Amino acid sequence: MKKETWKELTIGTINLEAGNSVQNLTGTWRSGHKPEFIEEHCIQCFFCWLYCPHFAILVEGDEVKGIDYDYCTGCGMCAEECPSKEKSIVMVKEEVKLAEGGTE
Amino acid sequence: MAKLKDLAKMEDRLVAGHGMCLGCGIPLIFKVVLRATEDPLVIANATGCLEVCTTIFPRTAWNVTWVHSAFENAASTIAGVEAMYKALKRRGKIPKDKTIKFLGTGGDGGTYDIGLQALSGTMERGHDVVYLCYDNNAYANTGGQRSSATPLGASATTSPAGTQSPGKLQWRKDLTKILTAHNIPYVAQASPTRWQDLYNKAKKAFEVEGPAFLNVLCLCPTEWKYEESKGVELAKIAVDTCVWPLYEVENGKYKLNYKPKEKKSILEWIKPQGRFRHLFREEYAWVLEEFQKKVDEEWEELQRLSSL
Ligand code: SF4
Ligand code: SF4
Repeated sequence: MKKETWKELTIGTINLEAGNSVQNLTGTWRSGHKPEFIEEHCIQCFFCWLYCPHFAILVEGDEVKGIDYDYCTGCGMCAEECPSKEKSIVMVKEEVKLAEGGTE
Repeated sequence: MAKLKDLAKMEDRLVAGHGMCLGCGIPLIFKVVLRATEDPLVIANATGCLEVCTTIFPRTAWNVTWVHSAFENAASTIAGVEAMYKALKRRGKIPKDKTIKFLGTGGDGGTYDIGLQALSGTMERGHDVVYLCYDNNAYANTGGQRSSATPLGASATTSPAGTQSPGKLQWRKDLTKILTAHNIPYVAQASPTRWQDLYNKAKKAFEVEGPAFLNVLCLCPTEWKYEESKGVELAKIAVDTCVWPLYEVENGKYKLNYKPKEKKSILEWIKPQGRFRHLFREEYAWVLEEFQKKVDEEWEELQRLSSL
């Protein structure tokens, strides 16, 4: 990505692309643990959706459907707060791969 | 009563890709609060974690009109926008039946300390705005300096604990009380882990005519130094120990929104947090005692005020 400089800024530094932060994939800084969703156990209480700081719980219609790893940072709050009898979200170790050839 | 399922269907006004910490409490607050009104919303944000992390150049995590001007004047900024809106409405440039809501927000640094004067003015002038303080007890965005919301005995970079000092020496400022003293229509204290209560309060704050103030406890694993996955439990403990009582003051009338079945010892709040670790040394036992005593006193007073 070409770095923008002040010359490309709009006057008043107005950003008209609402919500374009979705291009920042916060999943790239995941902790080394990731949540796994087990649909059969889920009671659809939506607590994981409520407590995920990175908007990484996938919801379709009336149902929680899984984890969006593009944004999940691996904080573990969803798994901790999941109240189903058998946990519907469990944290598993993830092999951390270092990015090759720079960051962009 | 709102259901989480239904809230989840609403459009996110703050979206993914923001740079807040693992386990940060700020998005939990805004996820609920921004759903408490369906009207278009303008937000003015003081300098702080939320502002910095949601607007990393050249991107924004906001799906609504959002302004940042400086650390000290989020309240004045939103007051100005609201005054303009009223003027344009008077002149017929905004249709009479169109309603826009206005929200000023900042952390405890930008609200309890640096922005207090602007906030007081905005409230006193009666602007029809909501101001929300997300209180994470420190200047977390700049490396964890103490603020006037930092609790007694907490170690912060400008009130470090050591052999000569037990961390911050002063009791925290009671900002909710200061705002209550402005005699505005609505003041409330809330927690993100009592989402229904937070949602109801935000709804009232948006609906009420005139200024409203919300003080919301905000989890901060970075500065409080606890295991980030355990944040929700910790926020519940804050309420159950009465360190952070949930109450509201509507037109001067106090109401307690939650009374723990059994008030827990402050030790349950203190123990999981690294910022208080040194308090378990013998020489600092007095801090723990003082802490409990102050919490008890404030809780007593709040019960008295809400029974009037
Ligand atoms: S671990 Fe869970 S709560 Fe944390 S970012 Fe990932 S999905 Fe969200
Ligand atoms: S918290 Fe657990 S049970 Fe509840 S919706 Fe999420 S995965 Fe399902």
